[in-house]
Amino acid sequence: MKFSGWRVFREALTGHRGWTANWRDPDPKPAYDIIVVGGGGHGLATAFYLAKEFEQASVAVLEKGWIGGGNAGRNTTIIRSNYLLDGNEPFYEFSMKLWEGLEQDLNYNAMVSQRGILNLFHTDAQRDAYTRRGNAMLLHGADAELLDRDQVRTMYPFLNFDHARFPIKGGLLQRRGGTARHDAVAWGYARGADMRGVDIIQNCGVTGFRIENGKVLGVETTRGYIGAKKVGVAVAGNSSRVMAAAGMRLPIESHVLQAFVSEGLKPVIDGVMTFGAGHFYVSQSDKGGLVFGGDIDGYNSYAQRGNLPVIEDVAEGGMALMPMIGRARLLRTWGGVMDMSMDGSPFIDRTGVEGLYFNGGWCYGGFKATPASGYCFAHLLATDRPHATATAYRLDRFKRGAMIDEKGQGAQPNLH
Amino acid sequence: MLIPHPLLGPRDAQEFTYLGDAALIDRPDGLTEPEKFHDYAYLRDNPAGVHKELWFHEQGDRSWLVVTRNTVTHEILGAVLARDTARGRGRSK
Repeated sequence: MKFSGWRVFREALTGHRGWTANWRDPDPKPAYDIIVVGGGGHGLATAFYLAKEFEQASVAVLEKGWIGGGNAGRNTTIIRSNYLLDGNEPFYEFSMKLWEGLEQDLNYNAMVSQRGILNLFHTDAQRDAYTRRGNAMLLHGADAELLDRDQVRTMYPFLNFDHARFPIKGGLLQRRGGTARHDAVAWGYARGADMRGVDIIQNCGVTGFRIENGKVLGVETTRGYIGAKKVGVAVAGNSSRVMAAAGMRLPIESHVLQAFVSEGLKPVIDGVMTFGAGHFYVSQSDKGGLVFGGDIDGYNSYAQRGNLPVIEDVAEGGMALMPMIGRARLLRTWGGVMDMSMDGSPFIDRTGVEGLYFNGGWCYGGFKATPASGYCFAHLLATDRPHATATAYRLDRFKRGAMIDEKGQGAQPNLH
Repeated sequence: MLIPHPLLGPRDAQEFTYLGDAALIDRPDGLTEPEKFHDYAYLRDNPAGVHKELWFHEQGDRSWLVVTRNTVTHEILGAVLARDTARGRGRSK
């Protein structure tokens, strides 16, 4: 079933009786060439690109719950490629380019909206740091503009420019950044993969791996054993638990990150804004809700909910940046579990087990990476070689002193 | 979350900063055992469930505690002075 304006028009005239399910609900086969564990955005994107770009005919995605029910449905939908380091920026820019063509690739409305992302700065030192970051972005083919105070004021006149502690001096703007509809990204990838023959098997939790002589033979699941030549694990948030079943310890801690949405308001913020100094970022959804968040809670957690001190901290950040937010009522808060890695950067790599591959450690930045993560993981699974933009995301990089630490915090996951 | 401080009684977790897994007490010699030191510095068990972890009472008496907490429910099951745990494992302090 192909989506088009004409199709919407025709269905409207015929009582919307022609729409069908977007993907099948197959039973697992005894074996596949490639099994992707985890039916979130990254796992589904991996399966989609395996089928589309690498012509793999026998692929399954195993999901313990329902697809898109984890972090794919819990993030704040921001897409951007404003990184500094060589290990990161080409990868995220590759992801940005995939976002730009995503809806045509998928024939699915993922509501990709390049409304711009603005990182505010408040001191000369921060301006220098953002100038450097903007230059790094330009050198890698991304876009970046340094705005002064007056240019920021033109965009967002309601901000508190004369805040006593953090007066706004300007910002780094990436106009190609923005937002996308997170659920639709998971659904679009699921539909695209399913159309190309991938089996998406929901309510099928992986409980273990069958490994003999250092080689993976398949996975034990809640729906029985399924054989596989290769297994790719993309279960960020629960990476340590799943990979422990293969005898691995990871450079990862699981932490909870909270997000917030206000009641629906008239349009007021047409882009994405980050106030890093105040632990606050915000955008406005197409429904009108202000979608915002701040820092992780800072202690190991698998709870998918956080505690009140961070809610207070985020609310303070919002009040400091745009005092009018105090008139908006909070509609919902929720939490998602992050793979916080030891240097704040992710992994797409082989493991010590032949045929077992790992994708994780996305910290709180997994959503924007979804297309490139899927593409690069599919590349690794299909060809056994890392994609050119993901060569730095190795599990052994701490041993080699090749960390990718954007913030320079060291092996302290709750500070990244 | 309230942390039952062994000397001060229940204290708000906001008074503390969080370091991580209490296994960080067992620091190997990085010069003689580089492989072990890599595992110590960078790898974590990261369990879902009961977790022993180091909290520093920065806004209080500046003691280090080993707190036992459930990472699935956030329930705190107990807290002892990290000094006592370290001495119990044969360290001088």
